Amino acid sequence: MIVWVLFLCAALSVVTTVAIVLSLVPPTIEFFGEVSIGEFLTGTKWSPLFANPRFGVLPLVAGTAVTTVCALAVCVPIGLGSAVYLSEYARPRTRRVLKPLLELLAGIPTVVYGYFALEVVSPIVQTIWPFGDPPGAFNALSAGIVMGVMIVPTVGSLSEDAMTAVPAGLREGAYALGSTRREVATRVVVPAALSGIAASFVLAISRAVGETMIVLIAAGGQPNLAINPGEAMQTMTAFIGAAGIGDQPTGSTGYKTIFAVGSLLFVATFVMNLLSIRIVRRFREVYE
Amino acid sequence: MSAEATVSAEVERLGRAPRAKRAKEQAFRSVLLLCLAVAVFALGALLLSVVVDGWGRLDDGLWRRFPSPRPLLAGARSAVFGTLWVVTLTGLLTVPIGVAAAVYLEELAPRNRWYNRLIEVNIQNLAAVPSIVYGILGLAFVVRGPLSLGRVVLAAAVILALLVLPTVIIASREALRAVPPSIRDGALALGATPLQTVGRQVLPAATPGIATGVILALSRAMGEAAPLLMVGALTFVTFNPTGLDSAFTVLPVQIFNWVSRPQEEFHVLAAAAIVMLLVLLLTMNGLAIWVRNRFRSRW
Repeated sequence: MIVWVLFLCAALSVVTTVAIVLSLVPPTIEFFGEVSIGEFLTGTKWSPLFANPRFGVLPLVAGTAVTTVCALAVCVPIGLGSAVYLSEYARPRTRRVLKPLLELLAGIPTVVYGYFALEVVSPIVQTIWPFGDPPGAFNALSAGIVMGVMIVPTVGSLSEDAMTAVPAGLREGAYALGSTRREVATRVVVPAALSGIAASFVLAISRAVGETMIVLIAAGGQPNLAINPGEAMQTMTAFIGAAGIGDQPTGSTGYKTIFAVGSLLFVATFVMNLLSIRIVRRFREVYE
Repeated sequence: MSAEATVSAEVERLGRAPRAKRAKEQAFRSVLLLCLAVAVFALGALLLSVVVDGWGRLDDGLWRRFPSPRPLLAGARSAVFGTLWVVTLTGLLTVPIGVAAAVYLEELAPRNRWYNRLIEVNIQNLAAVPSIVYGILGLAFVVRGPLSLGRVVLAAAVILALLVLPTVIIASREALRAVPPSIRDGALALGATPLQTVGRQVLPAATPGIATGVILALSRAMGEAAPLLMVGALTFVTFNPTGLDSAFTVLPVQIFNWVSRPQEEFHVLAAAAIVMLLVLLLTMNGLAIWVRNRFRSRW
């Protein structure tokens, strides 16, 4: 009897997933009754709440892609570099201080990062912009950079865990053959931990794609089919957030667009999360 | 020079990396250190900037006054109380369910059954679903639709509870796993049933670890804004919540509201409110560390 109650609590997580899917699918189907899938996926104009609505989701996808690439450009090198240093170079005492400090970054609320992007990073970007006209206060680059900082602990912690799990015997063998520290790190430890590192990158992409508050605050609100990160853009998440604040009446097309874009976002992140879990399972080097 | 000395000098010469290689080693190490320095610098710059920006408004008016369209008279009182209501309620909802789920998965579930594996993969996956998607769920099923609670405290707590549930489950499982098998074996050998073993031996031993995980999960709920925008944490609320069915706002949403206004005075106010939020979060994190160190048993 008690075991059954406990089982139901565990099963609630599956119910949550089912509920998420059930909440997304019906309005999305209704949406595609009004707007063709072709127009949605290939249209280049997104203005669903205007008098003359257009439903091409590509500008939102472009915004998401640009901010994500900016974030990766920050979090991949910095996260991986920090992880290699902490795992291969740092003395235990240094590590005990630096690792929690790095993980503090993960505990900071995303609105705070949004404020930082808009009030601190954006003015810096405007000042040092090297290509002609400086960007406006709202731009994808500032949002992306700060998003990257936010994701550094995700990449750093997961890759470091993977590297620490590489058995000492492999390192000692390489040292015995005359390798230097750098060679051990880059040719033995990183390749041996590659599955964990790859999984951390995939998870980083998923987090960047799903991040809402930073882009909502700092990336500007205009859907914009562009690849220049200096421009203002809107991501999928920022659209959902902005439309949600607007309190769309149930059943209106504006209300349904939230779910259509939400489905796209959910599918994208869901696939990446599964992929990351898979990578770890499939390609893990198993040591004793 | 003796032959021995000649040989050892030669060995020394061969063993030493060439100068170019040594320079490369040094450069590599510096690059790694630079990566770490950039991350730590970003953290420092962030904390410093909010304190400097918000300094002028860091007074007791911040939590004494209600929001106002006039920035100099505005405070975050309703948001502070809203946050306390929502986070407390989230804890009440998520802790029993999360711990029960963890106990089932870690102690009682037959590992090889397909449904248990499904639950495990599913929890891992849910932990990485973007928070705004939980907001959509809340909008469709909790605020409107089947539950139709409206834009109230309880709706926000239900959504945040679902959001942090995977974190609570994962942390609780780790705490349970850290209890050595000998404790279970001992209890079982004395004739306790599996449920008695879990309830009277394993769970009490794992409580400090679970508490730490729960506090960290609740501090995540406290900083969350995106899903609450969807379930309508109204951004202009001039009263404290009076019950579960009361309209509300929370600190992160109030901060978002102030940041998105054009007037500079509101940005200062946002920075001050951020400092307050960070202090609250830091206190909770400190509490988590204290609990872990104070009550940790060693086996």
